[in-house]
Amino acid sequence: MTIDQKTVAKIASLARLKIPVEEQNAVAGELNKILAWVEQLNEVDVEGIEPLANVNDAFLRARPDVVTEGGSAQDILANAPSQTADFFTVPKVVE
Amino acid sequence: MTKLTDLTITEAVHKLNAKDISAVELTDAHIAACEKADKAALNIFITPTYDLARHQAKESDARRAVGQAGALDGIPLAIKDLFCTKGVRTTAASHILNNFVPTYESTVTQKLFGAGGVMLGKVNLDEFAMGSSGVTSAFGPTISPWSGTDPAQAARKLVPGGSSSGSAAAIAARIAMGATGTDTGGSIRQPASFSGIVGIRPTYGRCSRWGVIAYASSLDQAGSMARTVGDTALMLRTMAGFDPKDATSVDVPVPDYLAALGGSVKGMKIGIPHEYRIDGINPETNALWDKGAAILREAGAEIVPINLPHTKYALPVYYIIAPAEASSNLARYDGVRFGLRVEGENLNDMYAATRFAGFGKEVRRRIMIGTYVLSAGYYDAYYRKAQRVRRLIRHDFLQAFEKCDAILTPPSPGTAFAIGEKQDDPLQMYLEDVFTVTLNLAGLPGICVPVGLAQNGLPMGLQLIGRAFDETTLFKVASALEKGAGFTAKPPFTA
Repeated sequence: MTIDQKTVAKIASLARLKIPVEEQNAVAGELNKILAWVEQLNEVDVEGIEPLANVNDAFLRARPDVVTEGGSAQDILANAPSQTADFFTVPKVVE
Repeated sequence: MTKLTDLTITEAVHKLNAKDISAVELTDAHIAACEKADKAALNIFITPTYDLARHQAKESDARRAVGQAGALDGIPLAIKDLFCTKGVRTTAASHILNNFVPTYESTVTQKLFGAGGVMLGKVNLDEFAMGSSGVTSAFGPTISPWSGTDPAQAARKLVPGGSSSGSAAAIAARIAMGATGTDTGGSIRQPASFSGIVGIRPTYGRCSRWGVIAYASSLDQAGSMARTVGDTALMLRTMAGFDPKDATSVDVPVPDYLAALGGSVKGMKIGIPHEYRIDGINPETNALWDKGAAILREAGAEIVPINLPHTKYALPVYYIIAPAEASSNLARYDGVRFGLRVEGENLNDMYAATRFAGFGKEVRRRIMIGTYVLSAGYYDAYYRKAQRVRRLIRHDFLQAFEKCDAILTPPSPGTAFAIGEKQDDPLQMYLEDVFTVTLNLAGLPGICVPVGLAQNGLPMGLQLIGRAFDETTLFKVASALEKGAGFTAKPPFTA
């Protein structure tokens, strides 16, 4: 599997990264090299092996479904690039 | 008299308690040292907080005067700029968080300050902790206080290792007594080895990740760095513990790590994994490894050969799982709630322009890899496959620990390299992590202890790996290794 410029453009769009067209070929080259290197995992027989997502899954716990903190709108907005009243503001989405 | 900046944390606590020195004196000496390092352009700090440190030191002296001093009261520390600090800018060494000032405190720093720790400032790192050199920082590379003895290379500026580059450099340069680090794939242990200091990454779940800016959540873990095993134990005892705010924090008691120090290793079994003898490794690394084994044998431990058959797959597994988790974690930087915003033609364009401008090259590279391996059609082939091999890697360790109590290995293939080296080829840089990522994937604790100097005059450490939640054994074996190695070398630059 090789990644071409078109694929890079697609991944960049999924990742919301505005990678300039003139850089996309170089990025494709780098990604191909890395992916070719991880291909060695194909040598490993993983038949019947469950994926491991969390090493401590035995310790996972439930907690009471209660509010622990809140009412801190000003803290949450403190680093907002743009805000109005108690809201984050973004460019117009709906015409 | 020993310079205040040469004291260990343990010695300083003793002197503070004996009223030989005050916290203000200790802090002032370290601030003067920080300023000297700054003049030497080591680029250790992103945000120094000297006024805050002086204030904290004054309060510390007042607490001690009324007999209320905590375990680290008055000790000047450097905080990796990945830990959110309330009211103090926290950048993750990224432009995207240039002006981010948290309104909350990370659990780990809260615990350190609660025990009386003094913060000298927020120190440099690889951007979002993605790197093994400190070079990917948007604030420029951290310069190591070490420079080799080879005259042809004396002018080269070296990396202190990464990603906890500022933490390691600060401790080696004697401008901080200890520091926090984080370790996702080796980011505490490799810089500790390169800088001639001690660093421990505890078991996954031991320290709270709350308030630590996320890179790869199933691998990230905070730990302590200092100049002695005892100092890292003292710090970790304060930093560790269950935290309901972190869903993966584990509710098990934190033992008194200090009690383990200096304990006998007689009869303990130390495993030497055959698979870590890789081709092309610096022969000095293997010689140092043998020396470490000899030290522990001399101390009464039994050296046993072990096998970790899936070792060679750890690095490719890591470079699938870590970028996948990073691509998800870093989705939050969208120019809406915090951080940089670059305007665009519409909302989507604003996201994409913000993220391209805000993230550096290595971070973008990992987001791209992560997005690809998680994308429709490739998820099973890459991400699920990596997770399945990850289980085999953990199983290797579980089997090995039936035969031994701790595992001894090198932490990295060689000594510190020059700024700019290994930058052109990401794969070459990724190989830096070959001996460290294995235990992150298995969730195990690891400690790096300085053991000697290479021919080139640069420090080399050794790594000990332990069973989950058994940092106590690690501290015991590490202190035996430390004692036997007697590492006292100092870098050419000390403040």
